[in-house]
Amino acid sequence: MTDRISVRTLFFGVYGELAARREGSAELPADSTVGDLVDTLRGSGGLGWLPESVVVAVNQSYAEAGTTLSDGDEVALIPPVAGG
Amino acid sequence: MPQGSEERVRTWITRESLDDFAQFEDIVGEVGSVEDGALLFFQGRVRRTNRGRAVSRLEYEAYGEMAERELSAICHEALEQFDVGSIAAAHRVGGLALGEVSVAIAVTSAHRDDGYRASRWIIETIKVRLPIWKHEHYEDGESHWVGAPTPEAGASAGGSQFG
Repeated sequence: MTDRISVRTLFFGVYGELAARREGSAELPADSTVGDLVDTLRGSGGLGWLPESVVVAVNQSYAEAGTTLSDGDEVALIPPVAGG
Repeated sequence: MPQGSEERVRTWITRESLDDFAQFEDIVGEVGSVEDGALLFFQGRVRRTNRGRAVSRLEYEAYGEMAERELSAICHEALEQFDVGSIAAAHRVGGLALGEVSVAIAVTSAHRDDGYRASRWIIETIKVRLPIWKHEHYEDGESHWVGAPTPEAGASAGGSQFG
């Protein structure tokens, strides 16, 4: 399979500051998971400071590391929340 | 039950002031019921001192649409878990000065105990689930994202310190 997908990435709060960008995009093999994306960002994406267990939302809902991504998904990297 | 859950919950994320209690009284008047003998109102306000540092102002950043959905979901879950009549909840984003209201929750219930428990559950759940971040600015000119590691910890950095 050579199919690839592209997802939009969003960085909030301190992650936006550390990544020096608020959004970007990532290309991944089809059937990649949230965990695969995080590994990619931590590796070739240059964001080695991202915790392996980073909280992620896919299309505005919290998602597990095993969630499969689809082309065009919006993936947000969620630092510790601090509402209230 | 006289009303569906949609009519009994109002939530919003806003850049506008939440300081005026009257807007919540209006909503409670609209969505509350005369069956409810208790109205419990909670306000979270910007405090001067946080962890020993003098705060000068705050910036709240939100994942806009997700925050709207999550706040609504939290309040609908509260409606299922507790015997309450209606809920109105709102959270500020953008810049806030000391003393301004950052979050407000109004709960009506037939009896006070259910209202107290629901209100407490809602604010505690907001604090762990609502995708909103707080950038604290201090009187000494420094600033810090609440919940993030300190610069010292970040510099020595394994990612695990962020978890």
